Amino acid sequence: MADVKFEEALQRLEEIVRKMESGDMALDESLKAFEEGMELSRLCMKKLDEAERTVERLLKEGDDIVTAPFVTEKDYE
Amino acid sequence: MPDLHGAPGRRDGMQILRVSELTANIKALVETGFGIIWVEGEVSNLRCPASGHLYFTLKDESSQIRAVMFRQNAAAAGFRIEDGHVLVCRGHLTVYTPRGDCQLIVEAVEPRGIGALQIAFEQLKSRLAAEGLFDEDHKRPLPLMPSKVGVITSSTGAAVRDILTVMKRRFPACSVLVAPVRVQGNEAAAEICEALSLLNTRDDIDVIIIARGGGSLEDLQPFNDESLARAVHGSKIPVVSAVGHEIDFTITDFVADLRAPTPSAAAELVVPDRRELADFVKTTLSRIAFLHRSCCRELHRRVATSRERLGDPRGKINDLRIYLDDRTYRLSTGVRRVIDNGRVKTVSSAGSCRRLSPLNAVREYRKTVDYLRSKVILHGGYLRGRVRARVERATAVLETMSSASVLARGYSITRRLPDEALITGAEELEAGNDVSVELGRGAFHAKVIQIIQGVSHGGRKI
Repeated sequence: MADVKFEEALQRLEEIVRKMESGDMALDESLKAFEEGMELSRLCMKKLDEAERTVERLLKEGDDIVTAPFVTEKDYE
Repeated sequence: MPDLHGAPGRRDGMQILRVSELTANIKALVETGFGIIWVEGEVSNLRCPASGHLYFTLKDESSQIRAVMFRQNAAAAGFRIEDGHVLVCRGHLTVYTPRGDCQLIVEAVEPRGIGALQIAFEQLKSRLAAEGLFDEDHKRPLPLMPSKVGVITSSTGAAVRDILTVMKRRFPACSVLVAPVRVQGNEAAAEICEALSLLNTRDDIDVIIIARGGGSLEDLQPFNDESLARAVHGSKIPVVSAVGHEIDFTITDFVADLRAPTPSAAAELVVPDRRELADFVKTTLSRIAFLHRSCCRELHRRVATSRERLGDPRGKINDLRIYLDDRTYRLSTGVRRVIDNGRVKTVSSAGSCRRLSPLNAVREYRKTVDYLRSKVILHGGYLRGRVRARVERATAVLETMSSASVLARGYSITRRLPDEALITGAEELEAGNDVSVELGRGAFHAKVIQIIQGVSHGGRKI
Protein backbone atom coordinates (compact mmCIF):
# COMPACT_ATOMS: atom_id res chain seq x y z
CA MET A 1 0.00 0.00 0.00
CA ALA A 2 2.82 2.42 0.83
CA ASP A 3 4.16 2.86 -2.66
CA VAL A 4 0.73 3.56 -4.17
CA LYS A 5 0.91 6.76 -6.16
CA PHE A 6 -1.22 9.67 -5.00
CA GLU A 7 -3.40 9.69 -8.14
CA GLU A 8 -4.12 5.99 -7.80
CA ALA A 9 -5.02 6.38 -4.13
CA LEU A 10 -7.36 9.23 -4.98
CA GLN A 11 -9.02 7.28 -7.81
CA ARG A 12 -9.44 4.27 -5.52
CA LEU A 13 -11.08 6.49 -2.89
CA GLU A 14 -13.57 7.80 -5.46
CA GLU A 15 -14.22 4.27 -6.66
CA ILE A 16 -14.98 3.14 -3.12
CA VAL A 17 -17.53 5.93 -2.72
CA ARG A 18 -19.18 5.02 -6.02
CA LYS A 19 -19.33 1.34 -5.04
CA MET A 20 -20.78 2.09 -1.60
CA GLU A 21 -23.33 4.45 -3.07
CA SER A 22 -24.39 2.03 -5.78
CA GLY A 23 -25.79 -0.87 -3.83
CA ASP A 24 -26.39 -2.40 -0.46
CA MET A 25 -23.08 -3.95 0.44
CA ALA A 26 -22.73 -6.81 2.85
CA LEU A 27 -21.66 -5.60 6.27
CA ASP A 28 -18.15 -6.99 6.12
CA GLU A 29 -17.65 -5.68 2.59
CA SER A 30 -18.72 -2.23 3.76
CA LEU A 31 -16.41 -2.50 6.73
CA LYS A 32 -13.51 -3.57 4.53
CA ALA A 33 -14.21 -0.68 2.17
CA PHE A 34 -14.35 1.73 5.08
CA GLU A 35 -11.03 0.50 6.43
CA GLU A 36 -9.42 0.74 3.00
CA GLY A 37 -10.78 4.26 2.69
CA MET A 38 -9.22 5.19 6.01
CA GLU A 39 -5.86 3.76 4.96
CA LEU A 40 -5.92 5.49 1.58
CA SER A 41 -6.82 8.86 3.03
CA ARG A 42 -4.09 8.56 5.61
CA LEU A 43 -1.64 7.85 2.80
CA CYS A 44 -2.87 10.80 0.74
CA MET A 45 -2.60 13.19 3.65
CA LYS A 46 0.90 11.99 4.33
CA LYS A 47 1.93 12.67 0.75
CA LEU A 48 0.30 16.10 0.90
CA ASP A 49 2.05 17.00 4.10
CA GLU A 50 5.54 16.22 2.85
CA ALA A 51 6.95 19.72 2.93
CA GLU A 52 10.47 19.34 1.71
CA ARG A 53 11.19 20.41 -1.88
CA THR A 54 14.46 20.99 -3.66
CA VAL A 55 15.07 23.83 -6.09
CA GLU A 56 18.09 23.17 -8.28
CA ARG A 57 19.53 24.37 -11.58
CA LEU A 58 21.41 22.57 -14.33
CA LEU A 59 25.03 23.58 -14.61
CA LYS A 60 27.54 22.86 -17.35
CA GLU A 61 30.87 21.79 -15.91
CA GLY A 62 33.26 20.96 -18.70
CA ASP A 63 31.18 18.76 -20.93
CA ASP A 64 29.00 17.13 -18.33
CA ILE A 65 25.89 18.58 -16.74
CA VAL A 66 25.41 18.72 -12.98
CA THR A 67 22.72 20.09 -10.71
CA ALA A 68 23.34 22.73 -8.08
CA PRO A 69 21.06 24.54 -5.69
CA PHE A 70 19.17 27.35 -7.39
CA VAL A 71 19.09 30.70 -5.62
CA THR A 72 17.32 33.38 -7.62
CA GLU A 73 19.18 36.47 -6.36
CA LYS A 74 22.73 35.30 -6.54
CA ASP A 75 22.53 33.33 -9.75
CA TYR A 76 23.26 35.76 -12.53
CA GLU A 77 24.33 34.60 -16.02
CA MET B 1 11.57 57.99 -100.25
CA PRO B 2 15.21 57.88 -99.35
CA ASP B 3 16.78 54.55 -99.65
CA LEU B 4 16.63 52.83 -96.45
CA HIS B 5 20.25 51.95 -96.84
CA GLY B 6 21.27 55.39 -98.24
CA ALA B 7 24.41 56.88 -97.02
CA PRO B 8 25.97 54.18 -95.02
CA GLY B 9 24.50 54.25 -91.54
CA ARG B 10 23.23 57.78 -91.32
CA ARG B 11 19.84 59.54 -91.60
CA ASP B 12 18.84 62.93 -90.50
CA GLY B 13 22.40 63.27 -89.45
CA MET B 14 22.06 60.45 -87.00
CA GLN B 15 23.68 57.05 -86.89
CA ILE B 16 21.22 54.26 -87.74
CA LEU B 17 21.21 51.95 -84.81
CA ARG B 18 20.80 48.30 -84.93
CA VAL B 19 18.19 46.95 -82.56
CA SER B 20 20.81 45.43 -80.25
CA GLU B 21 22.67 48.68 -80.19
CA LEU B 22 19.44 50.50 -79.31
CA THR B 23 18.58 48.12 -76.48
CA ALA B 24 22.18 48.30 -75.25
CA ASN B 25 21.89 52.05 -75.14
CA ILE B 26 18.57 51.90 -73.34
CA LYS B 27 20.09 49.45 -70.88
CA ALA B 28 23.00 51.73 -70.21
CA LEU B 29 20.76 54.72 -69.91
CA VAL B 30 18.40 52.97 -67.52
CA GLU B 31 21.04 51.45 -65.36
CA THR B 32 22.92 54.69 -64.89
CA GLY B 33 19.84 56.82 -64.80
CA PHE B 34 18.16 55.21 -61.76
CA GLY B 35 20.65 53.59 -59.48
CA ILE B 36 19.16 51.98 -56.37
CA ILE B 37 15.39 52.45 -56.24
CA TRP B 38 12.52 51.43 -53.82
CA VAL B 39 9.32 50.44 -55.52
CA GLU B 40 6.07 49.02 -54.13
CA GLY B 41 3.76 46.65 -55.95
CA GLU B 42 1.78 43.45 -55.72
CA VAL B 43 3.39 40.18 -56.72
CA SER B 44 1.77 38.17 -59.49
CA ASN B 45 2.71 35.49 -62.02
CA LEU B 46 5.36 34.27 -59.59
CA ARG B 47 7.59 31.59 -61.18
CA CYS B 48 10.38 29.73 -59.42
CA PRO B 49 12.37 27.52 -61.79
CA ALA B 50 14.83 24.91 -60.55
CA SER B 51 17.54 27.55 -60.43
CA GLY B 52 15.77 28.91 -57.35
CA HIS B 53 15.67 32.45 -58.74
CA LEU B 54 12.24 34.11 -58.49
CA TYR B 55 10.61 35.65 -61.61
CA PHE B 56 7.46 37.66 -60.99
CA THR B 57 5.60 40.75 -62.02
CA LEU B 58 5.18 43.73 -59.75
CA LYS B 59 1.99 45.54 -60.48
CA ASP B 60 -0.40 48.14 -59.29
CA GLU B 61 -3.86 49.09 -60.50
CA SER B 62 -2.65 50.44 -63.88
CA SER B 63 0.76 49.09 -64.80
CA GLN B 64 3.28 46.39 -64.15
CA ILE B 65 6.97 45.70 -64.45
CA ARG B 66 8.88 42.46 -64.63
CA ALA B 67 11.08 41.58 -61.63
CA VAL B 68 13.76 39.07 -60.82
CA MET B 69 15.02 38.10 -57.35
CA PHE B 70 18.08 35.91 -57.26
CA ARG B 71 18.04 32.87 -54.97
CA GLN B 72 20.29 34.14 -52.19
CA ASN B 73 18.37 37.41 -51.96
CA ALA B 74 15.08 35.51 -51.87
CA ALA B 75 16.37 33.29 -49.06
CA ALA B 76 17.37 36.34 -47.04
CA ALA B 77 13.86 37.74 -47.27
CA GLY B 78 12.87 35.88 -44.09
CA PHE B 79 9.67 34.61 -45.61
CA ARG B 80 8.54 32.88 -48.79
CA ILE B 81 7.23 35.33 -51.36
CA GLU B 82 3.86 34.41 -52.77
CA ASP B 83 1.44 35.81 -55.32
CA GLY B 84 -0.70 38.53 -53.81
CA HIS B 85 1.98 39.77 -51.44
CA VAL B 86 2.26 43.54 -51.51
CA LEU B 87 6.00 44.18 -51.31
CA VAL B 88 8.27 47.16 -50.98
CA CYS B 89 11.30 46.21 -53.08
CA ARG B 90 14.74 47.64 -53.08
CA GLY B 91 16.72 47.02 -56.29
CA HIS B 92 17.94 48.47 -59.52
CA LEU B 93 16.61 48.59 -63.07
CA THR B 94 18.08 46.80 -66.02
CA VAL B 95 17.06 45.78 -69.53
CA TYR B 96 16.91 42.24 -70.67
CA THR B 97 18.45 42.94 -74.08
CA PRO B 98 17.26 39.84 -75.94
CA ARG B 99 13.71 41.06 -75.45
CA GLY B 100 14.35 44.64 -74.67
CA ASP B 101 12.35 44.22 -71.49
CA CYS B 102 12.91 46.61 -68.66
CA GLN B 103 13.41 44.57 -65.48
CA LEU B 104 13.76 45.29 -61.81
CA ILE B 105 16.50 43.31 -60.09
CA VAL B 106 15.14 42.99 -56.57
CA GLU B 107 17.72 42.73 -53.77
CA ALA B 108 15.53 43.06 -50.67
CA VAL B 109 11.86 43.07 -49.93
CA GLU B 110 9.65 44.16 -47.12
CA PRO B 111 6.07 43.05 -47.00
CA ARG B 112 3.70 46.00 -46.94
CA GLY B 113 1.05 45.82 -44.17
CA ILE B 114 1.96 42.89 -41.82
CA GLY B 115 5.70 42.43 -41.44
CA ALA B 116 7.99 39.70 -42.65
CA LEU B 117 8.09 38.06 -39.25
CA GLN B 118 4.37 37.85 -39.14
CA ILE B 119 4.17 36.28 -42.57
CA ALA B 120 6.91 33.85 -41.70
CA PHE B 121 5.04 33.01 -38.51
CA GLU B 122 1.79 32.38 -40.37
CA GLN B 123 3.51 30.27 -42.98
CA LEU B 124 5.36 28.12 -40.45
CA LYS B 125 2.23 27.78 -38.37
CA SER B 126 0.12 26.52 -41.27
CA ARG B 127 2.87 24.21 -42.44
CA LEU B 128 3.34 22.63 -39.00
CA ALA B 129 -0.40 22.44 -38.51
CA ALA B 130 -0.71 20.59 -41.79
CA GLU B 131 1.99 18.22 -40.54
CA GLY B 132 -0.11 17.50 -37.48
CA LEU B 133 2.24 18.94 -34.89
CA PHE B 134 -0.64 20.80 -33.23
CA ASP B 135 -3.08 17.83 -33.15
CA GLU B 136 -5.10 17.71 -29.96
CA ASP B 137 -4.92 13.93 -29.58
CA HIS B 138 -1.13 14.14 -29.51
CA LYS B 139 -1.25 16.45 -26.52
CA ARG B 140 -0.58 14.59 -23.27
CA PRO B 141 -2.51 15.22 -20.02
CA LEU B 142 -0.49 16.72 -17.19
CA PRO B 143 0.18 14.55 -14.12
CA LEU B 144 -2.16 15.43 -11.27
CA MET B 145 0.64 15.68 -8.71
CA PRO B 146 4.17 16.00 -10.17
CA SER B 147 7.08 15.38 -7.78
CA LYS B 148 9.58 17.37 -9.86
CA VAL B 149 9.00 20.10 -12.48
CA GLY B 150 11.58 21.16 -15.08
CA VAL B 151 11.58 24.90 -15.86
CA ILE B 152 13.35 26.14 -18.99
CA THR B 153 13.73 29.89 -18.70
CA SER B 154 16.21 32.65 -17.95
CA SER B 155 17.55 32.19 -14.44
CA THR B 156 17.53 35.92 -13.87
CA GLY B 157 14.12 36.80 -15.24
CA ALA B 158 10.90 37.39 -13.33
CA ALA B 159 9.34 34.30 -14.87
CA VAL B 160 11.30 31.81 -12.78
CA ARG B 161 10.64 33.77 -9.59
CA ASP B 162 6.90 33.90 -10.26
CA ILE B 163 6.82 30.17 -10.96
CA LEU B 164 8.75 29.30 -7.78
CA THR B 165 6.55 31.49 -5.57
CA VAL B 166 3.29 30.16 -6.96
CA MET B 167 4.46 26.57 -6.70
CA LYS B 168 5.64 27.05 -3.12
CA ARG B 169 2.25 28.49 -2.16
CA ARG B 170 0.18 25.86 -3.90
CA PHE B 171 2.20 22.73 -3.36
CA PRO B 172 5.37 23.03 -1.25
CA ALA B 173 6.33 19.37 -1.68
CA CYS B 174 6.97 19.67 -5.43
CA SER B 175 10.65 20.05 -6.40
CA VAL B 176 11.92 22.23 -9.25
CA LEU B 177 14.85 21.85 -11.63
CA VAL B 178 15.66 25.05 -13.56
CA ALA B 179 17.43 24.79 -16.91
CA PRO B 180 18.80 28.32 -17.40
CA VAL B 181 18.69 29.46 -21.05
CA ARG B 182 18.78 32.62 -23.10
CA VAL B 183 15.22 33.61 -23.96
CA GLN B 184 16.11 36.17 -26.63
CA GLY B 185 18.38 36.41 -29.67
CA ASN B 186 19.50 33.90 -32.20
CA GLU B 187 21.07 31.30 -29.91
CA ALA B 188 17.99 31.18 -27.64
CA ALA B 189 16.08 28.58 -29.66
CA ALA B 190 19.06 26.23 -29.81
CA GLU B 191 19.69 26.57 -26.06
CA ILE B 192 16.04 25.81 -25.30
CA CYS B 193 16.18 22.75 -27.54
CA GLU B 194 19.29 21.55 -25.75
CA ALA B 195 17.66 22.11 -22.34
CA LEU B 196 14.60 20.17 -23.52
CA SER B 197 16.64 17.17 -24.61
CA LEU B 198 18.66 17.33 -21.38
CA LEU B 199 15.56 17.19 -19.25
CA ASN B 200 14.22 14.37 -21.40
CA THR B 201 17.24 12.25 -20.60
CA ARG B 202 16.36 12.40 -16.87
CA ASP B 203 13.64 10.20 -15.39
CA ASP B 204 12.68 12.35 -12.41
CA ILE B 205 10.97 15.17 -14.34
CA ASP B 206 7.16 14.83 -14.54
CA VAL B 207 6.39 17.99 -16.50
CA ILE B 208 8.36 20.84 -18.18
CA ILE B 209 7.49 24.53 -18.28
CA ILE B 210 9.04 26.73 -21.01
CA ALA B 211 8.61 30.29 -19.77
CA ARG B 212 9.42 33.81 -20.84
CA GLY B 213 8.09 37.17 -19.81
CA GLY B 214 6.41 39.54 -22.24
CA GLY B 215 8.27 41.02 -25.26
CA SER B 216 7.95 42.31 -28.80
CA LEU B 217 7.37 40.04 -31.76
CA GLU B 218 11.14 40.12 -32.39
CA ASP B 219 11.86 39.26 -28.75
CA LEU B 220 9.60 36.22 -28.98
CA GLN B 221 11.10 35.04 -32.28
CA PRO B 222 13.10 32.18 -30.70
CA PHE B 223 9.78 30.64 -29.69
CA ASN B 224 8.66 30.63 -33.32
CA ASP B 225 11.65 28.51 -34.26
CA GLU B 226 10.79 25.40 -36.23
CA SER B 227 13.43 23.14 -34.65
CA LEU B 228 12.24 24.20 -31.20
CA ALA B 229 8.70 23.37 -32.27
CA ARG B 230 9.79 19.89 -33.32
CA ALA B 231 11.79 19.43 -30.11
CA VAL B 232 8.75 20.33 -28.01
CA HIS B 233 6.58 17.98 -30.06
CA GLY B 234 9.09 15.18 -29.62
CA SER B 235 9.52 15.61 -25.86
CA LYS B 236 8.33 12.51 -23.97
CA ILE B 237 7.70 14.69 -20.93
CA PRO B 238 4.57 16.89 -21.21
CA VAL B 239 5.47 20.53 -21.99
CA VAL B 240 3.60 23.62 -20.78
CA SER B 241 4.44 26.84 -22.64
CA ALA B 242 4.15 30.23 -20.96
CA VAL B 243 5.68 32.70 -23.38
CA GLY B 244 5.04 36.42 -23.64
CA HIS B 245 1.89 38.23 -22.69
CA GLU B 246 -1.50 36.64 -22.60
CA ILE B 247 -2.34 37.88 -26.11
CA ASP B 248 0.95 36.69 -27.69
CA PHE B 249 0.81 33.30 -29.34
CA THR B 250 4.05 31.65 -30.50
CA ILE B 251 4.53 28.43 -32.39
CA THR B 252 5.76 26.88 -29.14
CA ASP B 253 2.35 27.66 -27.62
CA PHE B 254 0.60 25.77 -30.40
CA VAL B 255 2.81 22.69 -30.25
CA ALA B 256 3.07 22.46 -26.44
CA ASP B 257 0.83 20.01 -24.55
CA LEU B 258 -0.72 22.96 -22.73
CA ARG B 259 -0.47 26.70 -23.22
CA ALA B 260 -0.54 28.95 -20.14
CA PRO B 261 -1.12 32.69 -20.59
CA THR B 262 1.61 33.62 -18.05
CA PRO B 263 4.41 31.88 -16.11
CA SER B 264 2.41 32.12 -12.85
CA ALA B 265 -0.61 30.60 -14.60
CA ALA B 266 1.65 27.79 -15.82
CA ALA B 267 2.68 27.07 -12.22
CA GLU B 268 -0.98 27.02 -11.18
CA LEU B 269 -1.83 24.55 -13.97
CA VAL B 270 1.10 22.29 -13.24
CA VAL B 271 0.77 21.78 -9.47
CA PRO B 272 -2.46 21.10 -7.60
CA ASP B 273 -3.49 23.19 -4.63
CA ARG B 274 -2.49 21.29 -1.52
CA ARG B 275 -5.40 22.59 0.55
CA GLU B 276 -7.93 21.74 -2.15
CA LEU B 277 -6.66 18.18 -2.41
CA ALA B 278 -6.58 17.80 1.36
CA ASP B 279 -10.18 19.00 1.62
CA PHE B 280 -11.20 16.70 -1.21
CA VAL B 281 -9.61 13.70 0.52
CA LYS B 282 -11.27 14.59 3.82
CA THR B 283 -14.74 15.01 2.32
CA THR B 284 -14.41 11.76 0.39
CA LEU B 285 -13.41 9.94 3.57
CA SER B 286 -16.32 11.39 5.56
CA ARG B 287 -18.60 10.38 2.72
CA ILE B 288 -17.30 6.81 2.98
CA ALA B 289 -17.71 6.87 6.77
CA PHE B 290 -21.28 8.12 6.40
CA LEU B 291 -22.10 5.43 3.85
CA HIS B 292 -20.62 2.77 6.10
CA ARG B 293 -22.62 3.98 9.10
CA SER B 294 -25.84 4.05 7.14
CA CYS B 295 -25.09 0.56 5.85
CA CYS B 296 -24.66 -0.64 9.44
CA ARG B 297 -27.87 1.12 10.53
CA GLU B 298 -29.73 -0.44 7.66
CA LEU B 299 -28.50 -3.93 8.49
CA HIS B 300 -29.16 -3.29 12.17
CA ARG B 301 -32.73 -2.38 11.36
CA ARG B 302 -33.16 -5.52 9.27
CA VAL B 303 -31.80 -7.66 12.14
CA ALA B 304 -34.20 -6.03 14.60
CA THR B 305 -37.26 -6.59 12.40
CA SER B 306 -36.34 -10.19 11.73
CA ARG B 307 -35.86 -10.77 15.47
CA GLU B 308 -39.34 -9.44 16.17
CA ARG B 309 -40.79 -11.79 13.66
CA LEU B 310 -38.83 -14.61 15.22
CA GLY B 311 -40.20 -13.95 18.76
CA ASP B 312 -38.21 -13.82 21.89
CA PRO B 313 -36.12 -16.97 22.34
CA ARG B 314 -36.36 -16.62 26.10
CA GLY B 315 -40.11 -17.19 25.80
CA LYS B 316 -39.38 -20.45 24.12
CA ILE B 317 -37.13 -21.49 26.91
CA ASN B 318 -39.83 -20.88 29.53
CA ASP B 319 -42.27 -22.99 27.54
CA LEU B 320 -39.72 -25.74 27.55
CA ARG B 321 -39.21 -25.41 31.29
CA ILE B 322 -42.91 -25.81 31.98
CA TYR B 323 -43.08 -28.74 29.64
CA LEU B 324 -40.13 -30.30 31.46
CA ASP B 325 -41.74 -29.89 34.89
CA ASP B 326 -44.97 -31.33 33.66
CA ARG B 327 -43.14 -34.31 32.25
CA THR B 328 -41.18 -34.82 35.48
CA TYR B 329 -44.31 -34.66 37.59
CA ARG B 330 -46.13 -37.19 35.46
CA LEU B 331 -43.04 -39.30 35.50
CA SER B 332 -42.84 -39.38 39.30
CA THR B 333 -46.55 -40.28 39.67
CA GLY B 334 -46.04 -42.95 37.03
CA VAL B 335 -43.04 -44.28 38.98
CA ARG B 336 -45.04 -44.36 42.20
CA ARG B 337 -47.78 -46.26 40.43
CA VAL B 338 -45.25 -48.72 39.02
CA ILE B 339 -43.80 -49.24 42.47
CA ASP B 340 -47.24 -49.84 44.01
CA ASN B 341 -48.18 -52.26 41.21
CA GLY B 342 -44.88 -53.95 41.69
CA ARG B 343 -45.49 -54.30 45.41
CA VAL B 344 -49.06 -55.59 44.90
CA LYS B 345 -47.85 -58.04 42.28
CA THR B 346 -45.11 -59.36 44.48
CA VAL B 347 -47.55 -59.91 47.37
CA SER B 348 -50.15 -61.69 45.20
CA SER B 349 -47.60 -63.77 43.31
CA ALA B 350 -45.96 -64.77 46.62
CA GLY B 351 -49.34 -65.96 47.85
CA SER B 352 -50.24 -67.93 44.70
CA CYS B 353 -46.76 -69.28 44.62
CA ARG B 354 -47.15 -70.75 48.05
CA ARG B 355 -50.48 -72.21 47.13
CA LEU B 356 -49.62 -73.88 43.87
CA SER B 357 -46.19 -75.47 43.96
CA PRO B 358 -43.97 -74.37 46.55
CA LEU B 359 -40.55 -74.88 45.01
CA ASN B 360 -40.50 -74.24 41.24
CA ALA B 361 -43.53 -72.02 41.51
CA VAL B 362 -41.58 -69.99 44.01
CA ARG B 363 -38.56 -69.92 41.79
CA GLU B 364 -40.78 -68.99 38.88
CA TYR B 365 -42.45 -66.27 40.72
CA ARG B 366 -39.22 -65.10 42.23
CA LYS B 367 -37.96 -64.67 38.70
CA THR B 368 -40.95 -62.56 37.72
CA VAL B 369 -40.60 -60.71 40.95
CA ASP B 370 -36.95 -60.14 40.31
CA TYR B 371 -37.80 -59.01 36.83
CA LEU B 372 -40.40 -56.67 38.10
CA ARG B 373 -38.14 -55.50 40.84
CA SER B 374 -35.30 -54.94 38.41
CA LYS B 375 -37.76 -53.10 36.21
CA VAL B 376 -38.90 -51.15 39.14
CA ILE B 377 -35.40 -50.60 40.34
CA LEU B 378 -34.34 -49.84 36.85
CA HIS B 379 -37.11 -47.37 36.58
CA GLY B 380 -36.83 -46.26 40.06
CA GLY B 381 -33.08 -46.29 40.05
CA TYR B 382 -32.85 -44.46 36.86
CA LEU B 383 -35.68 -42.10 37.30
CA ARG B 384 -35.93 -42.04 40.99
CA GLY B 385 -32.33 -41.30 41.31
CA ARG B 386 -32.81 -38.28 39.18
CA VAL B 387 -36.29 -37.38 40.09
CA ARG B 388 -36.65 -38.59 43.69
CA ALA B 389 -33.98 -36.32 44.94
CA ARG B 390 -35.90 -33.48 43.44
CA VAL B 391 -39.26 -34.73 44.56
CA GLU B 392 -38.07 -35.53 48.10
CA ARG B 393 -36.33 -32.26 48.38
CA ALA B 394 -39.45 -30.54 47.27
CA THR B 395 -41.73 -32.56 49.62
CA ALA B 396 -39.27 -32.24 52.54
CA VAL B 397 -39.22 -28.53 51.99
CA LEU B 398 -42.99 -28.56 51.83
CA GLU B 399 -43.26 -30.68 54.97
CA THR B 400 -40.96 -28.60 57.06
CA MET B 401 -42.72 -25.55 55.92
CA SER B 402 -46.22 -26.84 56.43
CA SER B 403 -45.63 -28.82 59.59
CA ALA B 404 -43.85 -25.96 61.28
CA SER B 405 -46.64 -23.54 60.57
CA VAL B 406 -49.34 -26.13 61.31
CA LEU B 407 -47.80 -27.04 64.65
CA ALA B 408 -47.55 -23.42 65.44
CA ARG B 409 -51.29 -23.26 64.90
CA GLY B 410 -51.93 -25.87 67.62
CA TYR B 411 -51.69 -29.11 65.65
CA SER B 412 -49.47 -31.93 66.86
CA ILE B 413 -47.71 -34.92 65.23
CA THR B 414 -48.32 -38.22 66.94
CA ARG B 415 -45.97 -41.17 66.40
CA ARG B 416 -46.39 -44.68 67.78
CA LEU B 417 -43.54 -46.06 69.89
CA PRO B 418 -41.27 -47.81 69.57
CA ASP B 419 -41.55 -48.01 65.77
CA GLU B 420 -42.07 -44.23 65.36
CA ALA B 421 -44.82 -44.83 62.80
CA LEU B 422 -46.64 -41.60 61.97
CA ILE B 423 -50.25 -41.90 63.15
CA THR B 424 -52.83 -40.31 60.94
CA GLY B 425 -55.88 -42.20 62.06
CA ALA B 426 -57.07 -43.43 65.48
CA GLU B 427 -57.64 -46.90 64.09
CA GLU B 428 -53.87 -47.32 63.81
CA LEU B 429 -53.60 -47.39 67.63
CA GLU B 430 -54.87 -49.58 70.44
CA ALA B 431 -55.35 -48.82 74.10
CA GLY B 432 -52.05 -49.20 76.02
CA ASN B 433 -49.88 -48.08 73.08
CA ASP B 434 -47.07 -45.69 73.91
CA VAL B 435 -47.02 -42.61 71.69
CA SER B 436 -44.81 -39.52 71.30
CA VAL B 437 -46.54 -36.25 70.53
CA GLU B 438 -44.65 -33.37 68.89
CA LEU B 439 -46.06 -29.86 69.41
CA GLY B 440 -45.25 -26.51 67.95
CA ARG B 441 -42.84 -26.13 70.84
CA GLY B 442 -41.37 -29.31 72.32
CA ALA B 443 -42.94 -32.82 72.58
CA PHE B 444 -44.11 -35.40 75.10
CA HIS B 445 -44.71 -39.13 75.53
CA ALA B 446 -48.17 -40.54 76.41
CA LYS B 447 -50.00 -43.83 76.79
CA VAL B 448 -53.25 -44.44 74.88
CA ILE B 449 -56.18 -45.00 77.22
CA GLN B 450 -59.10 -45.25 74.82
CA ILE B 451 -59.63 -45.20 71.01
CA ILE B 452 -62.58 -43.09 69.83
CA GLN B 453 -63.68 -43.65 66.25
CA GLY B 454 -65.18 -41.19 63.76
CA VAL B 455 -64.54 -37.81 65.52
CA SER B 456 -64.98 -34.84 63.10
CA HIS B 457 -63.48 -31.39 63.50
CA GLY B 458 -66.84 -29.89 63.61
CA GLY B 459 -65.63 -27.32 61.17
CA ARG B 460 -63.56 -25.47 63.85
CA LYS B 461 -60.85 -23.36 62.31
CA ILE B 462 -57.56 -24.05 63.93
